Amino acid sequence: MRLKIIIVLTILTGITGSPSITIRPEVELVDNKQRISEQQNLVTETDEVVEDVMATGELNPNHYPAQRAAKVVQHYINTLYGSPFKVFHLHRVHSGNAEDVADSGRKYQLEISVQEMISNTSGKCSAEVFFSRGDKQHSPQVQVMCEELLKINTTKEEDAFYQHLKKNTSLLSAEYLPDSHGHIEPDMKPLWHLASVASSFIMLNESTQDTLFNMAQVANVTQLATESDQLKFEYLILLHEMVSQEIIRWKLLVSWCPPEGVKVLQMEKLPHCHECEKPPNTN
Amino acid sequence: IMQITNWMDQIVKENPDVVTKVDYGKTYENRTISLLKIGSKSASAKKAIWMDCGIHAREWIAPAFCQYFINQTYKTDPKMEQMMKNMDFYVTPVLNVDGYIYSWTDNSTRLWRKNRTPGPEGCECLGTDLNRNFYANWGTVGISFDCCSNIYPGKSAVSEPEAQAVTNFVGKRADEILCFLTIHSYGQLLLIPYGHPNVIAPNENELVHKHKNTTIDLVGLAAAEAIKKVHGKQYTVGTSPDVLYANSGSSRDWARLQGIPFAFTFELRDDGTYGFKLPEDQIQPACEEAYSGALHIITHVHDKEFIKPTGTAATVAATLWTTMMAVFVTSTVIV
Repeated sequence: MRLKIIIVLTILTGITGSPSITIRPEVELVDNKQRISEQQNLVTETDEVVEDVMATGELNPNHYPAQRAAKVVQHYINTLYGSPFKVFHLHRVHSGNAEDVADSGRKYQLEISVQEMISNTSGKCSAEVFFSRGDKQHSPQVQVMCEELLKINTTKEEDAFYQHLKKNTSLLSAEYLPDSHGHIEPDMKPLWHLASVASSFIMLNESTQDTLFNMAQVANVTQLATESDQLKFEYLILLHEMVSQEIIRWKLLVSWCPPEGVKVLQMEKLPHCHECEKPPNTN
Repeated sequence: IMQITNWMDQIVKENPDVVTKVDYGKTYENRTISLLKIGSKSASAKKAIWMDCGIHAREWIAPAFCQYFINQTYKTDPKMEQMMKNMDFYVTPVLNVDGYIYSWTDNSTRLWRKNRTPGPEGCECLGTDLNRNFYANWGTVGISFDCCSNIYPGKSAVSEPEAQAVTNFVGKRADEILCFLTIHSYGQLLLIPYGHPNVIAPNENELVHKHKNTTIDLVGLAAAEAIKKVHGKQYTVGTSPDVLYANSGSSRDWARLQGIPFAFTFELRDDGTYGFKLPEDQIQPACEEAYSGALHIITHVHDKEFIKPTGTAATVAATLWTTMMAVFVTSTVIV
């Protein structure tokens, strides 16, 4: 018995050495001085160089080229099908492909999932986005085909809301949707949704391969009196552009009625808000 | 911000044995920049984890997350206790104090991003983008020298007091810091170095087959999996130029260049619906999932440093050896 124990112990010691081993962890420490001077003296590649080497062929669906193109599809779908009760949001990009079209631009083919935010339903869409290149900068051209998603029925809610506003003698107005804490009063939500849809027209027009737009906030909205069947609103909307990180202000004149959908009658880009950035001592 | 400072003091008061407040810099408007150092006291220098929140004023979910994280550290979780024994956590709830306070002023200031340093001579705007101001390929890509731009990198690298504070504090301790996490919103992303499209971090996926579980992007992917398990939110992992946009002068890149092997930028919820103005009912779930991701990375760096690579095998063998010895000795004595 004792002999066996001795043998086992000897073997164990042989394998593991003494119990107090210190194995150096494989930390990938970089030679600080050398690395730093290498990296910080890097050639200053300009943005143009980066753009020229843009991905062609099959795209990584999680990388920005496919994501930006897919966002454009979201804007497009909203301009066609959005309403105060129907707002679409890009959910996922499943696959994408890009190819140059002669000298005129670049075409993307995408398989995406889109979600309708109010009913919380999603569906798949196939889309093509064309960004034009060169002197004449057109807004992107989009073609899209979605399964079931676009057949969501919101007629009841839309008619109820429309009738309610038509009957109302006072005109609606609101500001800061959402507020600083992300809150929107429930009866103001349709106006926020309407703003999302209306701003999709702008975001669609303004999008390029170098931008990614989201609506940041409705600064204010005022309902205007109309003689026609349409409901009319004047909006001041703040858009967030991701690449430049800028907040861009747009004034929009929007009309809506259930049969005709959302229309943007007038749009005006407002200048950068310097007043918002006034240094304290000039107040 | 008063609330946050008072809360920090409160945490220190309630847990003096594990928490200290360190004032490590001043903002342009002369406010104090502080962090909480959390970990069991030790005579010698310890390895550490760095986390900063609120480098961009409007990203309010970030300071909320730092506070959530701090609250999780001193809860009695055995793994966390072990990690606190071996490492210190340096957590800065609000780095860009001036900008953050400004964004709380009223509805028109909510979307402010930069700090509050005046612009250069003749500029009608103010503020520098702190996450473009660090000494890491400064002023090369993803910036604009228009001083009104939201990605204005400052008049020179590390020109801003807030960036200097981080550079000084972290710079002195670069050898001890195992990971550097900088928290932002929005976008649901985990970004790894570098922001410049032509620079690849030494431990990026090149090394996949050789060092499977030390590669930064695999660690990131695992963290994203952890995040998804909490509330189903998808976070994309990759370098900034691949997944978002090229940039330079970021704190994450600078940290990596200091030799800190695991440097991540967290972009928290959401994916654009509310953007910077995340509704209050999403704060808790956003923090829970981000915590899960951060914890994965922290646990990984901790275990890599403190638990021997042959890991369980070595400990088992050592235990066996000692037990056998004990048995041998006892049996000898008895017999």
